[in-house]
Amino acid sequence: MTFIPKPKLHHPELPKNALGYTRRDYEGAVSTLCAGCGHDSISAAIVRACFNLELPPHRIAKLSGIGCSSKTPTYFLGASHGFNSVHGRMPSVLTGANLANRDLIYLGVSGDGDSASIGIGQFAHIMRRGVNMTYIVENNGVYGLTKGQFSATSDRGAKSRRGVENKDEAIDLVGMALQLGATFVARSFSGDKDQLIPLIEAALKHQGAAFIDCISPCVAFNNHEGSHTSFDYVREHNLAVNYLDVISGREEITVEYAAGTVEMVKQHDGSILRLRKLANDYDVHDRIAAMTYLQERGAAGEIVTGLLYVDPEPMDLHHHMNTVSTPFNELDEAALCPGPAALDKLNASLR
Amino acid sequence: MLQSAERVKGLQRVNDFVVKFANVNGSGSASANTLFAKSILRMGVPITPRNIFPSNIQGLPTWYEVRVSEAGHLGARGGGVDLMVAMNPQTWTQDVASIVPGGYLFYDNTKPMPPSRFREDIVVIGVPLTEITNKAYTESRQRQLFKNIVYLGALSALLEMDVPEIEKLLAEQFRGRDKLVAANVQALHMGRDWALANLECPIGLTLRRANTVGDRIFIEGNAAAALGAVYGGATVCAWYPITPSSSLAEAFTRYCGRYRVDPETKKNKFAIVQAEDELASIGMVIGAAWNGARAFTATSGPGISLMQEFVGLAYFAEIPAVIFDVQRAGPSTGMPTRTQQTDILSCAYASHGDTKHVLLFPEDPYECFEFAALSFDLADRLQTPIFMLLDLEIGMNDRLCKPLTWDDSRMMDRGKVMTEEELQAGKDFGRYLDVDGDGIPYRTYPGTHPTRGAFFTRGTSKDRRARYSEEGPDYEENMLRLLKKFDTAKQLVPRPIARSAKEPTRLGAIYFGSTSPAMDEAEDILAERGIHLDLMRVRGFPFHQDVKSFIGEHDQVFVVEQNRDGQLRTLLVNELEIDPAKLTRVLHFDGTPITARFISDAIADKVGELKVVPFRKAVP
Ligand SMILES: Cc1ncc(C[n+]2csc(CCOP(=O)(O)OP(=O)(O)O)c2C)c(N)n1
Ligand code: SF4
Ligand SMILES: [Mg+2]
Repeated sequence: MTFIPKPKLHHPELPKNALGYTRRDYEGAVSTLCAGCGHDSISAAIVRACFNLELPPHRIAKLSGIGCSSKTPTYFLGASHGFNSVHGRMPSVLTGANLANRDLIYLGVSGDGDSASIGIGQFAHIMRRGVNMTYIVENNGVYGLTKGQFSATSDRGAKSRRGVENKDEAIDLVGMALQLGATFVARSFSGDKDQLIPLIEAALKHQGAAFIDCISPCVAFNNHEGSHTSFDYVREHNLAVNYLDVISGREEITVEYAAGTVEMVKQHDGSILRLRKLANDYDVHDRIAAMTYLQERGAAGEIVTGLLYVDPEPMDLHHHMNTVSTPFNELDEAALCPGPAALDKLNASLR
Repeated sequence: MLQSAERVKGLQRVNDFVVKFANVNGSGSASANTLFAKSILRMGVPITPRNIFPSNIQGLPTWYEVRVSEAGHLGARGGGVDLMVAMNPQTWTQDVASIVPGGYLFYDNTKPMPPSRFREDIVVIGVPLTEITNKAYTESRQRQLFKNIVYLGALSALLEMDVPEIEKLLAEQFRGRDKLVAANVQALHMGRDWALANLECPIGLTLRRANTVGDRIFIEGNAAAALGAVYGGATVCAWYPITPSSSLAEAFTRYCGRYRVDPETKKNKFAIVQAEDELASIGMVIGAAWNGARAFTATSGPGISLMQEFVGLAYFAEIPAVIFDVQRAGPSTGMPTRTQQTDILSCAYASHGDTKHVLLFPEDPYECFEFAALSFDLADRLQTPIFMLLDLEIGMNDRLCKPLTWDDSRMMDRGKVMTEEELQAGKDFGRYLDVDGDGIPYRTYPGTHPTRGAFFTRGTSKDRRARYSEEGPDYEENMLRLLKKFDTAKQLVPRPIARSAKEPTRLGAIYFGSTSPAMDEAEDILAERGIHLDLMRVRGFPFHQDVKSFIGEHDQVFVVEQNRDGQLRTLLVNELEIDPAKLTRVLHFDGTPITARFISDAIADKVGELKVVPFRKAVP
């Protein structure tokens, strides 16, 4: 199979954002995934989010591991540098890339096999380091690319297409991200773009480790009766705690809301998250309460979605490492090389 | 008070002997032992110390062996020990056994020992170290620490060391802490005075001022390599602790603290990540280098094994990476504190698919520094992983070497990176296009240009413009270009160094890395026995044309290595299509550093077996 470039037909009537880009400018090659695959909806949501945020496409770096989900960076942001790394190891590559140039926007895309099975270690460590990024797991409860084996996020009791029951406990990546100190944690559903697009926007605006677990049904291997990640099952069990809108600092806020139903969260970069609460008692600033809530609702068989936790003033890896503001890849000899005089002095101390 | 039943006449040697200190790990002896070594250096006499230590922090035995050699032999001598400073009761028997006949045993005689614990054929020197320190100090930690300085003082009298040099070193070591200096000087003289008053000083082993150290410096290979990384412009270091490589990353941390903190903002022009494992460390290096920073990792054999998949990705995706492998022996518990050259093949052919990698073989700290700085240029120029192969012997021991130098006008070679201006001007960009015929394509850093130069990085499924392709011809074209690139590397890695025997010969020897000083010395020993060898020191892989010519010009070539399987020899046979019968293995692999005695004996034996009379080469 060979890659088919998407013809870049620019319809003059397509709306442009402030940078003069249309949505097409954020698209990639034609997807080769199965028709109806949840992952394609997530790609579309990424395109929308980047367009809405008016991000210059070339300032985004997209990185992934291996899997159907990890293939998707080819299908969006064609003008961005992309990196299909090795299975389960995208987090380390993204961490290194981020250290080299703190000025780009980092988007990591992974699957549940990629992040929760082979890559669970790197997933955990990138969260605890607080790398400034948006990390999306396109979670379908199976290995799509290798044809339908259970992944580590499959629920105990979920059934494979052939009727085999999964006996192992599931790993909840959202719970892990919360425990490990991610400063933006959300769950969503590829079938709910109204919830997903603003969540991606908010994550891209977030200046720390942002994680989105996006349930994304695999129509080929995990969309049957008995599956816990089928479209029907997720729709039935979805408990959305909030919806949000991302408002750039420039926009004026005019509408007023009934007390308790809406919360405005100002992020470090000036953007404002307008949270429309569905569960009034849910507090997006309380990490521990979020963990408890998720456990309780999870035990009741519900899939909690929405923005689950946010720290509007996060610290990232560069902060921890006290690095200079200039990207490392712009530092030259004068900045990096101590020169011969320092070496002479050192030689003298070694005699 | 040389106590011996029948007085043995001890060895008589000036500036040419081996002293070994047997200590307990964690007893604070290391700094006294280094002081001993450095003060001899200050007398102008070359020495080479070696740490022999177990994989433990406290309580187990450690040894520090110092070879004193005015002639300048820096390799391990082999054979027994001339003076044993036996401070560890646990290893007493083996320590006493390791003394050469006529050698000396120095020990703490506070508690009397039965005569059966000694040997008849050595000279025994007892100093009541515990008694002296118990009398002088009340605190147990002080008693322990100063005991080391007291024995140094006694040795200074026994060996006729230059005391002002020791005092000067103490003053340098504790600069600004005058009380500490005074306390140490006092302990030194306590031991010295006791020895002068109670023992026949000097013994037969003595030191005399000489002038064969010159302006050389004394540094560990790992530290020198780390410094090379600082000078070479590395900004990202990702590593996972493993002996014997950890001190490289730690030295990098230290030097960055000294040289890489912006004086105004106090911000760091470096990032050092202690990763969760070696897969993550190499992943971070690859990510950083993909994004245009100079990045490296330091590891040892087990880490190299874990990095295999990523190394292959870097090879095929053509991403620079520098990997320092400080070699040790084997997996799991496998002799982490012993030295070997056992990762040659696993690095040369690391990963799956058809891969070959650039290797560098520094011989000493000087080359560790030089090659480290160079490796970042090579990685960028060739857009591929570069393996710097050190070993514990050069990595973790202080070694005398040429002073480090740096040309102020030297620029980093960032290789073929297309800039925003070039893209803007419409220069054609195809990530895997061979525009210059050297197999090396152009790359762009992410974020360079709004509409041009972006590409998708992946393994092998791509065409020359980095578009997804699983077509056979695209794959083949790419693989052949990679071979061409590897060929280009031959001219860029450090050239081998050849040295002709004093007399024409049809025998040659190839060696590399830490074998160097032992080989130099063996050359002389063999020449005295009438065996003359032309030598070639290989410094990089892929092999330069000179290596093939050298082998072609000789009837027999010995390949001297510190591993069981003759890994460099395998590489020579495989890559240069050499008749294996021409290459004779000389292999040392017990975990200790190779010695001149071993090499010369092995080669002399083999010359006998080969029945190759070292005929003179026909003079043209
Ligand atoms: C080291 C390694 N082992 C195994 C594979 C095979 N492999 C490719 S994708 C994949 C599973 C992907 O699952 P997931 O991340 O959930 O992605 P999905 O296809 O479901 O989107 C596996 C096991 C591989 N590429 N590399
Ligand atoms: S196999 Fe599943 S995950 Fe992969 S493309 Fe098809 S539907 Fe999507
Ligand atoms: Mg999956």
